[in-house]
Amino acid sequence: MDDIFGIPAPLLFGQLLLGLINGAFYAMLSLGLAVIFGLLNIINFTHGAQFMMGAFVAWMLLNWLGIGYWWALLLSPLIVGAIGVVLERLLISHLYKLDHLYGLLLTFGLALIIEGLFRNYFGSSGLAYRIPEALSDSWDLGFMFLPVYRGWVVVAAAVMCLGTWLVIEKTRLGAYLRAATENAALVQAFGVNVPRMVTLTYGAGVALAAFAGVLAAPIYSVNPQMGSNLIIVVFAVVVIGGMGSIMGAVLTGFLLGVIEGLTKVFWPEASATVVFVIMVIVLLVRPAGLFGRA
Amino acid sequence: MPDAVLDRAAPAEAGGNMLAVRGLQAWYGESHVLHGIDIDVNQGEVVTLLGRNGAGKTTTLRSIMGLVPKRAGSIRFEGKETINLRSDLVARAGIALCPEERGIFASLDVTENLMLPPVVRPGGLDLPTIYQLFPNLKERANSPGTKLSGGEQQMLAIARILRTGARLLMLDEPTEGLAPVIVQQIGRTIREIKARGFTVLLVEQNFRFAQTVADRHYVVEHGKVVDMVPNDQLASSMDRLHEYLGV
Repeated sequence: MDDIFGIPAPLLFGQLLLGLINGAFYAMLSLGLAVIFGLLNIINFTHGAQFMMGAFVAWMLLNWLGIGYWWALLLSPLIVGAIGVVLERLLISHLYKLDHLYGLLLTFGLALIIEGLFRNYFGSSGLAYRIPEALSDSWDLGFMFLPVYRGWVVVAAAVMCLGTWLVIEKTRLGAYLRAATENAALVQAFGVNVPRMVTLTYGAGVALAAFAGVLAAPIYSVNPQMGSNLIIVVFAVVVIGGMGSIMGAVLTGFLLGVIEGLTKVFWPEASATVVFVIMVIVLLVRPAGLFGRA
Repeated sequence: MPDAVLDRAAPAEAGGNMLAVRGLQAWYGESHVLHGIDIDVNQGEVVTLLGRNGAGKTTTLRSIMGLVPKRAGSIRFEGKETINLRSDLVARAGIALCPEERGIFASLDVTENLMLPPVVRPGGLDLPTIYQLFPNLKERANSPGTKLSGGEQQMLAIARILRTGARLLMLDEPTEGLAPVIVQQIGRTIREIKARGFTVLLVEQNFRFAQTVADRHYVVEHGKVVDMVPNDQLASSMDRLHEYLGV
């Protein structure tokens, strides 16, 4: 159990775990993007900034108010989601009848403004957020050490993705959401307040990004760029999985994280580009994405 | 002739006025589609809108439902003005639309499609009654909505709005493109729901079908109501109608 394909086992498993963790973030973020795109037809480029805000709000709660990790996991998504609701009402809601490009430009501009504000106030060197005590141990798995927090991130992300999928596929609210994604005017004519549902969906997608941000805070340093570094890959994930497919976004997120991790082991130089190479291939072979409906 | 004036008024014995549309105008973008529609529908009646393609029948239903953004005039439902209401509020007031394209959702199964419209008032049909009227829907409960046959999809589209407690059901060409045996079944269904006290406003091209279910017929031409024929006078008005409809 020392070498696998000539690679030391701890290195292989270490990168596999790292890949799974990155995949967990890809999955959560692309899930939110897919939900928002499905109903609002908006490509939410602010998503990375909202992920970053989730981490910062957790940091502020801890350092300014003494509110710890577990409460932050609940409060930060609520706060950032509420800010998302305000953004949707004030700005984004005016763009639904226009071309995608306008939504993209607006949300991209918002992302730049938000990141600029945080950089101005907090600088760009990054802040530390301590791993909560209950999760600060490591488990000896025999072939490697697994930091408990990293395992927790993968499990929490998987549960969150599964929960979101269940809500969308198995509940009445999810049926409204799926139906409105197909034909919003008709769902509204049945008596559903679709504009409110759209606003809350955007808020929920943003809250999901913020939740991922809180999970990320103890792993990555909390800094204003943490979202924009991630979001580029996440958009590639969404394109590969297929815009608007919930399960597709989740599975592709985890899968690409793992592929990226394995590439780091077998061909480190390619690890930063492998996702984009896959994106090109998928676009050539299946332009609607792996799980997308053409 | 005073009779002709009386003809236009709704028959008094059919119950109180439920829907009164006056001078309804509607626009799609720049094009002016309705030029002043006047119709009355009484409680418990089945009323049809007849007319050629493009006359404005579907637009009339969509305007009543609040689905045409630019509209003017007056639509009073149970005495309440609804011309400026958003479509979800029109639905909550008790009007339901079964659209021409049926609007069955592909990503929902049959049961989810059936249960989708929220109940807006008490008094809708319960599930056992609906399954009794449309046994096919029970057998296909877990199929994706759009995997049903055209006739089954139409049944689903009608069944869906019977549950909600809406009192005025607007059906837009429910028989379009369906086999005669299905058309008969839809006819039976409309008579059945009328017997249960629902009020129906029906858009039809197939006027042989219309005369088997309706109490009165409005003729729509170029975005206006040009005539009203009670069903019992249909035979004597045949020549006039043929001229309107060009059949």
